[in-house]
Order: sequence, then C-alpha cells, then structure tokens
Amino acid sequence: MKRPAVIFPTLPAADPVADPARRRVLKLMAASAALAGTGCSQPPAEKILPYVNMPEGLVPGDPVYYASTLLRGGLGMGILVETESGRPIKIEGNSAHPASLGAADAQAQAAILTLWDPGRSRTVMHAGRLSTFPALQEGLRRRMDEEARRGGEGLRLLSGPVSSPTLLAQIGEVLERWPGARWHVHDPSDSGARASAARQVFGRPARAVYRLERARVVLSVDADLFGPGADGVCNAQGFMQARKGSPRARLYALESTPGLPGALADARRTLSPAQMEAALHAIGLRLGVPGLAPLPPAAPHRAAWLDRLCGQLRAARGACVVAPGHSVSRRAHLLAWRINAHLGNIGHTVIPIAQEMPPRRDAGRPSDEGPATASHPATLGELVDEMRAGKVETLIMLDVNPAYDAPGELDFSQALSQVGCSVHMGLYRDETALLSSWHVPKAHELESWGDARSHDGTASVVQPVIAPIYGGRSLHELLGMLATGTSGSAHERVRATWRSIWEEVAGKPASAGAGRPIGQSGAQDDNAAGFESWWQATLRRGVLAGGPAAQALSPLPDAFEEEGGLAKDKEASGQAGLIAVFANDSNLIAGEYADNAWLQELPRPYSKIVWDNAALISPATARLHGLESGDVVSLAAEDSPSRLLAPVWIMPGQADGVVTLPLGYGRSIAGSASPGHGFDAYVLQPVEHGMPRRTRRVGMRAAGERHDFACAQPQKALHGRKPVRTVQVRRRPEDAPDVALDAAVSHAGARAARSGPGDQPSLYPDRRYDGYAWGMTVDLDACIGCNACAIACQAENNIPVVGPREVALGREMHWMRIDLYRPEDEGRAQFQPMACQHCENAPCEVVCPVGATMHDSEGLNVQVYNRCVGTRFCSNNCPYKVRHFNFFQYAATDPAAAAHANPDVTVRQRGVMEKCTYCVQRISHARIQAQKEDRRIRDGEVVTACQATCPTNAIVFGDLNDPDSLVSRSKASTRNYTVLEELNTRPRTSYLARVDDPAAQLEEDDG
Amino acid sequence: MPQLLERSQVLLVKLVLLAPVCLLLLTIAGMVWRTTSPAEPAVAVPQPIPFSHKHHVGDDGIDCRYCHTSVETSASAGMPSTGICLTCHSQLFRDAPALAPLHESMRSGKPIQWNRVYDLPDFVFFNHSIHVNKGVACVSCHGRVDQMPVLMRQQALDMQWCLGCHRDPSRRVVPLDHVTAMRTMPVLTKAERDHLLRLLQLEDPQRLTDCSSCHR
Repeated sequence: MKRPAVIFPTLPAADPVADPARRRVLKLMAASAALAGTGCSQPPAEKILPYVNMPEGLVPGDPVYYASTLLRGGLGMGILVETESGRPIKIEGNSAHPASLGAADAQAQAAILTLWDPGRSRTVMHAGRLSTFPALQEGLRRRMDEEARRGGEGLRLLSGPVSSPTLLAQIGEVLERWPGARWHVHDPSDSGARASAARQVFGRPARAVYRLERARVVLSVDADLFGPGADGVCNAQGFMQARKGSPRARLYALESTPGLPGALADARRTLSPAQMEAALHAIGLRLGVPGLAPLPPAAPHRAAWLDRLCGQLRAARGACVVAPGHSVSRRAHLLAWRINAHLGNIGHTVIPIAQEMPPRRDAGRPSDEGPATASHPATLGELVDEMRAGKVETLIMLDVNPAYDAPGELDFSQALSQVGCSVHMGLYRDETALLSSWHVPKAHELESWGDARSHDGTASVVQPVIAPIYGGRSLHELLGMLATGTSGSAHERVRATWRSIWEEVAGKPASAGAGRPIGQSGAQDDNAAGFESWWQATLRRGVLAGGPAAQALSPLPDAFEEEGGLAKDKEASGQAGLIAVFANDSNLIAGEYADNAWLQELPRPYSKIVWDNAALISPATARLHGLESGDVVSLAAEDSPSRLLAPVWIMPGQADGVVTLPLGYGRSIAGSASPGHGFDAYVLQPVEHGMPRRTRRVGMRAAGERHDFACAQPQKALHGRKPVRTVQVRRRPEDAPDVALDAAVSHAGARAARSGPGDQPSLYPDRRYDGYAWGMTVDLDACIGCNACAIACQAENNIPVVGPREVALGREMHWMRIDLYRPEDEGRAQFQPMACQHCENAPCEVVCPVGATMHDSEGLNVQVYNRCVGTRFCSNNCPYKVRHFNFFQYAATDPAAAAHANPDVTVRQRGVMEKCTYCVQRISHARIQAQKEDRRIRDGEVVTACQATCPTNAIVFGDLNDPDSLVSRSKASTRNYTVLEELNTRPRTSYLARVDDPAAQLEEDDG
Repeated sequence: MPQLLERSQVLLVKLVLLAPVCLLLLTIAGMVWRTTSPAEPAVAVPQPIPFSHKHHVGDDGIDCRYCHTSVETSASAGMPSTGICLTCHSQLFRDAPALAPLHESMRSGKPIQWNRVYDLPDFVFFNHSIHVNKGVACVSCHGRVDQMPVLMRQQALDMQWCLGCHRDPSRRVVPLDHVTAMRTMPVLTKAERDHLLRLLQLEDPQRLTDCSSCHR
C-alpha cells in the first residue's frame, strides 16, 4: 500500500500557549499551587424559585413540547419545541407537518441558538440613536398620514418571500389603503431564472413541489434537492422511500460543484451551467419534446450517457422528475418544465402550485386568478430603479437585509440614501439597519405569533414558546402599526385569519362578527366554542388538518412558444473562460444564519471548511492558473468595475471553468459571530429581470496572498482502507428488476460482518449483557450527508463551539461528525457519520488511569466527567478518533448559553474529555419511565437526538438483546459491517454498506 | 579532610532537606482530608420565610406530596408555588408578619427565593420519582423533617453514601405505602421482605452502580 509522505499537510503548527517558555511554566506552576490552596469551600449557595401560580398540568422537571413553525425562505417548516421550565432548549421535527415529517434539518435545529443569541438587536433605533416603540409609532403615524395625502405613491414595502396568510392579508390591507403603494419581494437565496420561468409557464408566480416518493428516476440539474431549502427534508424522505422500494429509484445528478444529490446519485456528471442547459436541450430533443430547435452540430452533447439517461427517463414516463437548480438559466428551467410536461410528470411527480398572494377584496373574485394583478409583488430591481428616480418616499423593509444581500450590480446602499424615510425590521442590527432611518428589532419565530404555508401549501401556525427575550416585535405588529396606527396584538390578528380559515374548512357560515353583536344568538356561542376547540386542536397539532389542498396549476397553452436563443456554443462547450456561480452556502444559505455559531462551525459537506467560505475551483482549473488551495485570487467581471478578493479551494468534482462562490459571508456588521469571516460574493452578483442572477463570466488572477482555512477534515483520501463499504446489486439479466435489496447484494465482507462474539481471541474481559444491550446502525445508503444529526447532537448534548483557530488545530468538539471520503478513482463521494462506536472491547477504557471512562452493564462506554483528569490517553488510544478534549473553557457561561443548555446533560469544563454517550439522558428517561410502570423499555422508546432528526431514517438505535427490535433486524442485514473490525474492538455502532446498482450506471466505466 | 560544615550548619541542612518531605506529607494529608471529609451535614439554612416542617408535618400532619407535588412523577420533587401556600394561608395566620413575603409574592407575581438545602453537584442527576416509586422513603435521605423546626440537611450527600444504598438496596426499601411516612420502618420478616422485593422489581445492583445511572 502506498502511503503519502505527509498525512496532514494542512495542519498548522501548535499554538504558542502549548509551547511556553520555561519561566512562564514556572510562573504558572507557582500560581496554580497557590490557587490550589485557596478556594476550597462549600459549593456556591443556590436559590430555588417556585412558580407563583403553577400552570395547570405542568410537572416541574419534565419537558413540555409545543408545535410551532420555522420559516425558511418564507415557507413553513413544522417543528416541535422542547421547553424546560419555560425555556426553549431543543427542536424536533413535527411528524404532522409535510415539510418535516418528523425530521428537522441543521438550520432548524440551530434556530435555538439564534433565538437566544445575545447579539440580537434589542432596541428601536432612529437615525443612529436609541429610540422607543412609542416614538416609532408616532413617527410612523405621521409618515403614513403624509403618505395618505399622496395616495401612497411614495410608499413601498420590501419583504422576503411571504407565504403567511396573515401577513399576506396585512400586506393586502396596506396596498388597499394606500393604492399607490407597491410591494416588492427580494429573496437572495432564490434565482430570477427559476421565478421568471415559472411565471412564463403558468402566467403567475408558481413553484414546483416534487413528490419524489412516487418517482422512479430523478434527474437533478444542479438542484439543492435535499436542502437546505424548505422542501429539503421532505424531498430526502420521499426519495429514500422510493429508493428503498422496488424497483429501486434512480438518481442522476448533473452538477457544477459537488452537492448532496451527487453523493447519492447512481451516476453524476460534472458540467458547467451552460453545458447543463445544452444537455437539457439535448435530452428534450431525444425525448421528442415538440418545438425544440435542433442543436448545432458543434454541440458536444451527443454523448452515449445522454442516450442512456433518456432511455431511463422514457421508461419512467410519468414517474420521473427533472429538477433544475439555482445555477442554470431561465431557458434551462423552461426546458425542464417542457420535459416534465412532455413525460407526463406534471401533476404526478412534479406538482406546480401557485405562490401565495395577498387576497383581493375589491373585485369580489378569488384572489389568485389571472396573471400579474396589482398585488403581485414586484422585484428588487424595480424598487431600486424607483428609488434612484426619487419616487420612493417611505420604504418599509420587513426582515430583509438588501444592503448586504442585494446583487452588487444594484448598489442598493446608494439607492437607499435617496429614500426619505426607511424603516427596517430585522433580528439583527445589520448593514441595512445602519443605513435606515428606523430600525425595529424583530421577534424570533419562537417568540411571536404568526402562520405560514409549507412548500406544498399546507398552512401551519407559528406559535411562540417564550415572550420576546430581547424585546422584539413581530412583522404582524409592525404592519398593524402601519395600517391602524396602533400596535395591535399579533395573536388576535392570527386568530382572526384562522377563524376565516376555519369557516372555510368547517363549512361554517361566515356570519360570525358580521354586524351582529357577539353572543346574541345561541348559534354564535356554538360557533365561538367550535372555533375555540378547533383552534386548540390545531395549535396542538401545529398544522391545519384537512385544509384545502394547494391549487395545482397546469401550464398555459402558449407557455412554451417563446423560444429564447440557444446558449452560445462557446459557452456550452466549456471554453468560455471562467464562469462564476453564486451558490447558496450549505450552512448559512444566503447569509441569514451568519450569526449562528453552530452553523458557522459545522463543516461544509465537501470542503469541510468551517467559519469561512472559499472560491471553489476544479483541480484542472487550478493547474491552468497555477493555484493551490488557500491562494487568494482577484475576481473581476468583464463588464463591471467591482472586484472581489477570494481565497480558492481546490474541489475535486467541480466543473472545469466554473468558480463557485458561496454566498452569506463577508459581513461587515451584524451580531457576534459573523463579522470578519470569508468574502462577500454579492459584490460581483449581477441582476436578471430585477432578481439576482446566479452566474456571471469573470476573469481570475492570483493576488499573491495566502489565506489559511480552518478545515475539520484535511485528509479525505482512503489510502486503501475501507471505512465505507459498497455492495452491488447482483442482478442477472433474467432477474426481475425488483429483487429485494438485501437478498440481492453480494457482500464482499459478509464473512467478517456477522462474526459472532468471541470469534476472535481477545485479552479484554469477557462481559455479559443480560439486561439491555444498546446498539446502533447507520445506513450509509440512506445517509445524504446533510449534517442535521451533527447539529441535533450539539443542541442536545451542550456541545461547545471552539472557533476556527481551534478547529484548525484539530480540536473541534462535534460528538457526531460526518466524515467524507473520496475514492482515488474520482468516484462518488462517500459520507459516513462517525460518533463514539461504543466498543465492547474498548481501547479507551483500559488506558484511563483514573477510571473516568468505564463500561456499563448495558454496553455503554461511559465518560465520567467528574473523574476525568485530562490525560487524553483515551483519545490517543481510540482508533476512531471520536473523543474530544476541552483544551480551554469552551463551554459558554453567559446567561443566554446557560438558559438554552439541556439541563439533563452536564456542561463540561476545561480539561475534561467528552464524547457521544448514545444520548444516555434519553435512555435514563425511558428507563425510569419503564421502571415506574414495571415493564421493559419498548423498542423505539429511546430515540437518540441524531436518530430523531435524520430526514432519511438512516440511524436506528435500540436494544440488541431484543431480537425483534428494529436495530436487531437492521444488524441482521447482509450489508451490516463495523469499521476497523480487524482491531476486534467489537463496536456497538455498525454501518450498513452503500449499495451500487450497476444497471443504473450511465457508462460502462462509471461503476 | 577537615569537616566542612559545623554542627549547627548540619542541622540546618537536615532541616532544609526535611522541609520538602514535611510539605509533601502535609499535602497528602490535606488531600486525604479534602477527599474524605464530607460536606458538613446538619447545617441550618436561613430562609426568607421561617418555614417549619415540624409544624406542618409533625403538628398538622400534612402529607409531603401536598406541597412537593411532582415527587412521584418527576425528577424534581417540586417546591410549592405561592398559590399552594395560600390555599391555607389565605385564611390562616393571614396577618402574621412572617408571612409578609408570601403575600408580597402573590401581589407582585415574583416567586419567593428559597435557599437550597439539599444541593447535589451539577454532574449528578438525581430523580426523585424513581426512588419514591421503588420504596425509598423520604426519611431515608431527608430525615425526620417532622421534628425539624428549621430544615437541616441530614446527609453529606457524598457518593459513598449514595452507593451504600445502590449496592444493596434490598435492605433499605420500604413498602410503597410507607414511603412518605415520618417514622422509622417496622422490621420486616424474611417472607415479607422477599414479597416486597418481588413487588418492587428493583434493578440489578450491577446496573444500579453503573456510572451512567447517575452521571451523564
């Protein structure tokens, strides 16, 4: 086996603190000796504060769960919030919600940290000075009176995408009351191409809902199918359902930069966005989509893989999906719609639904009819044009930060200076807040009432679980203040909206409150009681039950007639110099999570970079320009004076001639975590149809500087080892295509995988596990590498954040990390969630001199923090490198951190080793419950934090002594194996090998 | 060769050499004392209201669970809310100056700040409900509170003391209807004890002494 000379070339030298001078050592020794003699006293006195009036049904010490909704790009994601004595501490998925189905993604898990973030805005600001809500109310009232005189000609609303029925109604009211006013929407995480293509096809703003569970073939064209969008969790779950079905669903990915679908795909092709457009065109031609111009003969897409792909799509007519992503052009989106329509997917696997619009009361017709009515939102580009023209007197910005995330070409900040009165509402005092006349602190979703619709149109309630911690208000209250001059209650407003929804759903006459005084007739009392009980039930569920399904659209008859020009041949053939792709960051998306330290420190799925973004280029492009990872380059557009200095990161699997610029970094101001990290790619971003464009041609040259990245996994090669195994679906030609998976795999290592206990001789003591024997399996065929489990673990187990410098030294603290392996042959990337394996023959236990790491009678490898003296022998002896040491006092001790810490888990202090405990607090909870009821713990009663949040149910946990438990059955799979089994550590965590389907390959050499 | 050092100097050298040895011995002694000497039991803690368990439990015969409502269901036994105190004290001793903080709490909506008497380290996770449900009587840890005008901690709460019971719980458990009783347990016959243990279904002492039973 060839071994590289340097295994960790990027690991920096040790820090100076670890290499102090002799005098300093002596000083420190003297000081610690002196300190050791003092401070020995009783523990600090503590207070107990009982309730004044105990809420009925509350049990102190037991968590209470509330159903609520988090917003992602304006769309709702249903969640359950765990509160402990009134403090929200953890988020879980809400199985009743279609965008969650019981799981939550990394951003949803991390929302708890944002909620408690002490860096959030706390006060109203006016012209850079502290102000108050009454002053704001008075200022707004005067301003709106002025606007009323002009009929609202100078009034503009700017918001992110909105799906909330209440907010839409309020926007509708504002537009009705000030007829000259206009509403603009800016979504930095979306592309103008997608929106305008959908608008052309359906004549109105619309979006596609994918039903991947019905799909047999999925083609992802640079799409963020599995997150971090609002439909990511649902798509992942749906696709995995299809993949486990028979026949096994197939996924093909065309990507310009490695994304989550690429790792899961049966075949992945690396193409530039223009090449993808040409490929879609070629696919359309091959499938016989009518009205397509023939491809010019120079087009490179005559490849055999396209033929096979088209064959697959044709065979799965009506059960396939072509999903285009942000980076591709408007024409590519149109082509995707045409292909989906031609294959009969629309209405089955691809369901177009109308984007929510404000209700229109005037004409008496349904709100969402007809194209481009006045209440349809306008774009940011149109707003900036009007601001430049001096037409905007009052600009209300609702939870947007365009001064940072508007495309640089628009120069929003300059345009904002020409607006007389600008009001900004947001969670942080960000770039826009500083430039606005008023800044209003916004309450977090978990602090305020509201509502939202999910990606598929299901309505759910945003229920507060705590009063605003930093005194913010909700968007509903601000809009109420705008419309009525007084700050109404968001609760009442939301209830009013839902009352009308209830009348619609329950088919009740809409007479309630229509002139007659309440309580006049018995029917009205019934009505009120009926609504109240329905409302309480809805709150408990979190989701509107049995609501009207979202209106499904069908393409306009003339939707596809207009045919834009083909992408330029030069561009399509990939010889057009360098194309910059502005991509959503996998953690921060477009920058809205920039102040979340958990997401900052979460390694990116492929680069494993933390606290930073990098211009991603392919190895070939790097060779062409003579660059190495960490070299700073200067990027400039040909037609614009703006320049961008960005460090590059060489990314295998990246398209040649494409430089991917993740958005969301380079913040100048905001909360506590974001400033000073990364570069701001928005500077270079161009505009298309008034909306952000995702690609631009750029020039690149080395700037002669170097940048040090903090990378959590510097080494991604396998070096001939097989931590991730792959099995092939064995399929003879005569086999039916739907052979059950486990029966069909030919497992290379099946012999070793199921070796029974005691098979190999061992010096470790022989143990018996008579009660429970906890174990876990991780299905690598189902793992999509989304990182949700890592953040869920961090939230559940009070895992600290250490910062980029410590991560660069290899001191990150994530108990659950997602390892990435790239086979030498440039094959598909492989993700492997790796936490403590809970070895039965645990190498860590035998080397601990103080018995701080022990084996318990159920096979848990427990870490006793109060015994640990920090020798780190255990970590050195751990072959899986899953132990993490508190080199400094990493655990935050501020009141906000203490408030959201899980009270069932110890907060570790400096000098203590820690690692995955299999969520022993959850086991204890279930054990005590079972003991009180004199029964055994049932299968499925203990759900670890990672397991609970996994969108694809890749993680299974349970009792191995119970032969019928899910985990026992999972371990009986022929795909089951353990990592480094040659060491005979006998881990309790085992993995199910990935599955390769040779029949699904697009080329003979793909496999 | 003449003698290098005088007698007194030799003594000095000996003393100097002895000093580190003494220091070492003292340090060891100190450490032994630190690790073995328990936190002081039987310390009275001042409270904002001079609440007497003796009066409420001993004289009035109020059950533990009337105030500590969640002791059977939750990890925390639960401290009585102001409302619970006022179920009686809105009628009884209404004007007693000692109860002024109680009425103030109800008026202002701010909780009474009791001082903690039983304080376990933060790395120990004690659950009241499982102990109470498995026949560990209140008196075994909290003592005869019906005889305490001021609540005093009865036990040092060190790990050795916890383990004493966890290693052999069978001798210390009582029938479930005696758990909240404020009296020492009647002596059980062998048959009664066996019957009790069958009823309680205690876990194996091996399991009860696992680190993960109390530390997470």
